[in-house]
Parts: sequence; C-alpha cells; structure tokens
Amino acid sequence: MSVRPPQGRIAVRFEEVAARGRRGFVPYVTTGYPSLAHTREMVAGLAELGADVIELGIPFSDPMADGPTIQRSSQGALDNGTTVDDVFDVLSELRRTSDVPVVIFSYLNPVYSRGVETFIRDAVEAGADGILATDLPLGADPALEEELSDSPLDLVRLVAPTTTPGRIREIALSSQGFLYYVARTGVTGARDELRSALAREAGAVRSVSPLPVAVGFGVSTPDHARAVGAAADAAVVGSALVNRLDEGGVAAALALARDLRCALDEVRG
Amino acid sequence: MPETLIPALDELTAAYAQAMSDPSFLAEFDALSADYVGRPTPLYRARRFEAEAGVGPIYLKREDLNHTGAHKINNTVGQALLAKRMGKPRIIAETGAGQHGVATATACALFDMECVVYMGMEDVERQSLNVYRMELLGAEVRPVESGTRTLKDATNEALRDWVTNVRDTHYIIGSVVGPHPFPLIVRDFQAVIGREARRQILEVEGRLPASVVACVGGGSNAMGMFHAFVGDEGVELIGVEAAGHGLGSGHSSAPLSEGRPGVLHGSLSYLLQDADGQVAPAHSVAAGLDYPGVGPEHSHLMDSGRARYVSVGDDAARRAFRGLPGLGG
Repeated sequence: MSVRPPQGRIAVRFEEVAARGRRGFVPYVTTGYPSLAHTREMVAGLAELGADVIELGIPFSDPMADGPTIQRSSQGALDNGTTVDDVFDVLSELRRTSDVPVVIFSYLNPVYSRGVETFIRDAVEAGADGILATDLPLGADPALEEELSDSPLDLVRLVAPTTTPGRIREIALSSQGFLYYVARTGVTGARDELRSALAREAGAVRSVSPLPVAVGFGVSTPDHARAVGAAADAAVVGSALVNRLDEGGVAAALALARDLRCALDEVRG
Repeated sequence: MPETLIPALDELTAAYAQAMSDPSFLAEFDALSADYVGRPTPLYRARRFEAEAGVGPIYLKREDLNHTGAHKINNTVGQALLAKRMGKPRIIAETGAGQHGVATATACALFDMECVVYMGMEDVERQSLNVYRMELLGAEVRPVESGTRTLKDATNEALRDWVTNVRDTHYIIGSVVGPHPFPLIVRDFQAVIGREARRQILEVEGRLPASVVACVGGGSNAMGMFHAFVGDEGVELIGVEAAGHGLGSGHSSAPLSEGRPGVLHGSLSYLLQDADGQVAPAHSVAAGLDYPGVGPEHSHLMDSGRARYVSVGDDAARRAFRGLPGLGG
C-alpha cells in the first residue's frame, strides 16, 4: 500500500512540527460546555497559544468510551441545547481568525443521523480538516469508512493497547492525518500516572506508522506531556482541560494548555 | 465499538464458532438446560383466557417456569459456559428489570465466577427485590447514576467496565443487542424457546400456529421464539413493543414503531433519537422494556416484512397484567 501524499492542513502542520524537531499538542474541547461562549473563547485561545490540532467534540448522549469528566461535559452541553450545527458554527467562526487544523470528534450516530454525505459537506464547509469517530473501528462499516476516507476530511484512526500487531499495521496504513494511540485499556479521563509500558508500546506503533502518532487517554500534566513527547509525535489532552475549565474557567484551562505546550517544547529531536 | 474491544469481539466470535461445533460443549449446555434450568418448559393452553378473548386456541409458552423465573437464564448459562471455556474468570452484565442480572448472578454462582451487575438507579429503586436476589447470589450490584438511570445507561457503564477490564472479563449481554457477535449468540441460546414451542404445538394440535406473539424490548425472548418459525411462511410473527404513554407522546419504548435507523451500543438498528442523532430516553411501565434501541435482527424482520410489530401502552399492559392471573392463575 502506498503512503498517501501529505495534502491536508493536518499533514502540513505535522511536517512543520517534525521539521522543527518539535512535538505536537492536540487539545480536546467539548463544544457547548459549559456554554458556546466558553467554547469559542477556548478554541481561539488554544489556536493562539500554539495548539497543532484542535479536537472539537460533538457532545453525544451515550459516550460509552468516555469517563466521568467527558460524560459530564457532554451531558452539560446537551442540557444547554448544543447541536451539531452549533459545532460547525463555532468552527466557522474560528476560521475567520485561525487556520489551526481542526478534527471533529464524534460518536457515529450524530454523523449517521445527519446523513454521511451532508455531514461531510457541512463539516468541510465549516472548515474541518478531519474526523475522529471513536466507535468506528477499522472494518466496522466498510462503506461508511470508504466514504469518509475518500472525502476531503482526514479519517483519523485509533490503535489501542489490545490491538494485535497485524491489525496495528493495517490501521496505521489506513489512517489519515495522524494515528491516535490510546494510552490505556479503558475510558477517557485524567490520571495521576501514565503506565510504564506506554513508551515502549507507542514506539512500536510509531515504527509501523507512516503517519505521526499522537497519544491520548489520561495525559493530564506537563510531566505526562514530556513523557509522551519522548515516545510519540504528539500528545492529546481532553479531560484534564475540561476539569480545569470547571475549576477555574477559560483562563485556568488555557493556562494549563500553555504549560502543556511548554512541556512538549522541552522535548526535542 | 471502541477499538480496544475489537480483539475481544474477534476472540469471542472465534470461541463461539468453535464451541457450537464442539459436541461436548453442546452436550454440557443441553444437560444444564434440562437439569439446572428446568427445560423443556410447558406449552400451556389458556382456556379461560381464550373464552375472555373470544379467540383460540391460545397457548402460553411458560418461560416463567425456568429457574430464576424468566427466559434470561437460557442465555446466561450458555454465555457463562463460553466464558469459562475462554478462560475469563470475571463476568459483568447490565440489567433493567433485574431478571437478566439475577440470571447472570445465578450462572456465576453455578460456575464460581466473579460477577458485577450494572443497574440504573431508577431500576435499583423500583426492582429492589431483584437487587437483593443478586446480592444473595454473590454478585456485586453497581447502581448507575448517569443519563436516564435505566437500562441504556447501565449498558454504557457495563461497556466502560469491559473496555477497562477486557483481558480477564466477559460481558454477558442480556438481549439480542450490542456489537456482533452478541445478537447472534443471544438469539442462538434463546432459540430453544421456539424449537420447543414448535415441537410442542405440533404434538398437541397437529399443526403450526396461525400466529406467534412475543413482547420486544431488546427482543431476546421474541427472537428466541421467532427463530424456529421464520421459515414457516404461514405463521405470522408479531412483536409487541411498549408504547408507554402512547406513540408520539415522547414517552415510549417503541423504536420499531416510531424510531429511525441509528447506531447505539455497536449495532445499527431502529432507534429512538432526536433530529441530531442524540438517543432519546425510553419509557415503559415495564422496567427492562425501556430500551431506546432494539435487536438488529428485529429491524431486519420488520423491513423484510416477515414479522409485524405493534405496540401496547402502559394502561393496556397494566389491565392485562391484572386480568390474566384471574383467568387461569
């Protein structure tokens, strides 16, 4: 299988990151939590402080791969009446001031419900660069996967610690934009420690992936970011930012994001 | 389904195929069905009910006479046996009314396996007797506070446990829902209902029934019953969903009657959802029928026209519940 030539904003950004010997920073935001105004402020701030890719989350009623933090933020966003249209509106607005790559993070049903073709069209129109569907593993729905892969959106795939070596290679070759390595068996959520085997596992995934490898699930502190930066191309941080948003508002969440950015920048080579 | 579970689902698919072609597995399952579950269950002609209804003959397949009082144990004994074979010492399950939880706890007690059952807080409160039974059987019941605090959310929580502990844990799903191969496995373990009923009706009536009727939440008892009759074209298959406060009220559990296709818990099927694809809360007076999705094979049987699905609201269900015991016990 040939490696897809870099073409999208995500590929371009990761090439720049690699050329400078840096590590990528990929923050996640639940759209509409605690309000759309907060989300607008968050994504603008994240773009400004140097996020390499923003994962813009569509809140879903049944986030079965998420832990308590993102369950709470998703439910809160839905209680506020947040819709898929709102997610695209936030993105359109961000595009007036920033060309930071944005991946739409969603469960499958909101995509399916809108109609895949319509969803892709609206997402692209709003300025999205990729889609990450946590409940769409490789081979689950080949027709849908092909439709997403052939679209202008990068279909970002996930590899888990339980994924077999043969399947890791298959997923790595079919992913677009970057490859997401799930740092532990389990759901999303901030943690005190990363697993000691993570560096070795991420290294193994990286050795078979033609794309940059981002590591997420439990990455919460600058120390974690440094550890991930030593083993992979980028760190994804979600729940820790949502928790900080709860505790101290947008300013506090952006302060943590800045610390994470700095920690990743300490890793070189 | 999250990627983390894919290897476990592949392993389960392979182990299941191997078990079903292994005579010793099937012999053990059949022996347990007879000696432990109490099969076959009777097919009983409800004569006083016929007189009241003005039609007949009407036969009741008495799955309530199984050990633990429901059909759920057909599946839990089968899946626990499968988990033992796969070397998974820990079992988790979701439960709505508590029948599947009790049946799972029972199978785990039989095979000496650790058992954790997730149950929505609302169901814990309205079905407290079954919580007591599960605990008596040695299971740990974990109340679920998230979402609608019913079956759907218990299923989410069980999936979160499974994704975390997948290496040593088997998830016994209680209905013909969830990711492949669960709808297939649950149907096959429940298919004994229809096989027995078909044989029994031929023995007593000398012909097949005009109709077979079963209630549908996720749809395991209905699927178990229908499966043996799908090839009998003259036999009408009727599934009954819970209409709650009525279709169109926003308080039903009738995805086949008023849902549209969607993806929940790893399968594509009819689903109660809003315009944005957010799963809508389901309601029924019957705990355990209040699930916003339904087994994908029921969706298939409806779309192909082989089965027909109707719905009954809370009030009519309550009247029937009060009426039937007085017409034959």
